[in-house]
Amino acid sequence: MAMLHIVNKSPFEKVSFRSCLNHVKAGDSVLMIEDAAVGALDGTSFSEKLKTAMTNVSVYVLGGDLAARGLSEDRMIDGIKTVDYAGFVDLTVENETTQSWL
Amino acid sequence: MKFTIMINEGPYQHQSSDTALQFARSVLAQGHEIFRVFFYHDGVNNGTRLSVPPADDRLLQKEWSEFSKENNLDLVLCIAAAQRRGIMDESEAERQGLDANNIIEGFRISGLGQLIEGGIEADRTVVFGD
Amino acid sequence: MATKKFMFVNRKAPYGTVYALESLEVVLISAAFEQDVSLAFVDDGVYQITKGQDTKGIGQKNFSNTYKALGDYEIKKLYVEKESLEERGLTQDDLMDLVWEDEDDDWAEKPSIIMVNRSEMADVMAEQEVTLSF
Repeated sequence: MAMLHIVNKSPFEKVSFRSCLNHVKAGDSVLMIEDAAVGALDGTSFSEKLKTAMTNVSVYVLGGDLAARGLSEDRMIDGIKTVDYAGFVDLTVENETTQSWL
Repeated sequence: MKFTIMINEGPYQHQSSDTALQFARSVLAQGHEIFRVFFYHDGVNNGTRLSVPPADDRLLQKEWSEFSKENNLDLVLCIAAAQRRGIMDESEAERQGLDANNIIEGFRISGLGQLIEGGIEADRTVVFGD
Repeated sequence: MATKKFMFVNRKAPYGTVYALESLEVVLISAAFEQDVSLAFVDDGVYQITKGQDTKGIGQKNFSNTYKALGDYEIKKLYVEKESLEERGLTQDDLMDLVWEDEDDDWAEKPSIIMVNRSEMADVMAEQEVTLSF
């Protein structure tokens, strides 16, 4: 069953995001919300870990959380898709289950 | 689809309550149903009517309360978590011999079984926390 | 009422925050609903089930014995992640001996702890229908 993994903490603050990526399976999706949105940027100490995961997992970020933290979408890792709250709901519908990595 | 939403953190301290409210609004806007919103841990603090934030800021408890009333939703505060954190409805305050109650309209206090039932009955269960 | 596969994910140490205690309260209530319940202990969650917890010095109630009662409530699938233990310098010997009694096998005591590696844990997580995190 495809799972939507929701991460909400910055990968530089907590291990939750890293732990999430250690448990995703091919075909899953990862959505970054709240402070986890900072993980979307390219050129961070976390970028390689996320890029590796993206070879078989779809990655999304809640656009509002990126903008709130003064980060523009053109600085994101290539291939990360931006969604709004409606898109967030769609992701939970499209995936059979969700797991929040708090 | 039917959703159960779990909120583990209180208003303002964490973004969870804001995110969950925006998510919940989108759920209804897109024609889905909310079976229950269950507040656990410090999440029960979303149910107090005594909050007075600065005038130019959002009043989360009231926003949840109005959202609940407008859409006839089931917003449940876990009784065990509420007792620990001093969130009381009238009957619980009386039962405990306390001199005040503080729950805001649109919420009710009930047991953890409501969370499990929410997971069973909904098609999707989404957790917001820290 | 339908039966669903419920997983309770524990990733935080006990006592520093309330999550371990309050998530255990949810687990115990879930027993009354006859669902297919599993617990996952990942990252710092492994500290929730260490042996020999002594909380006198910090003034909190020691609730570790409650994990021992899970077997009596038919909650007998406690997945513990090996890598999480190793990263923390722990082995299975550092954990409580959690068991359940199999009434179909003359009430023989069997271990509730199921040691899995990260990849196996991901597989177990992928099978769940409702995943609650605390």
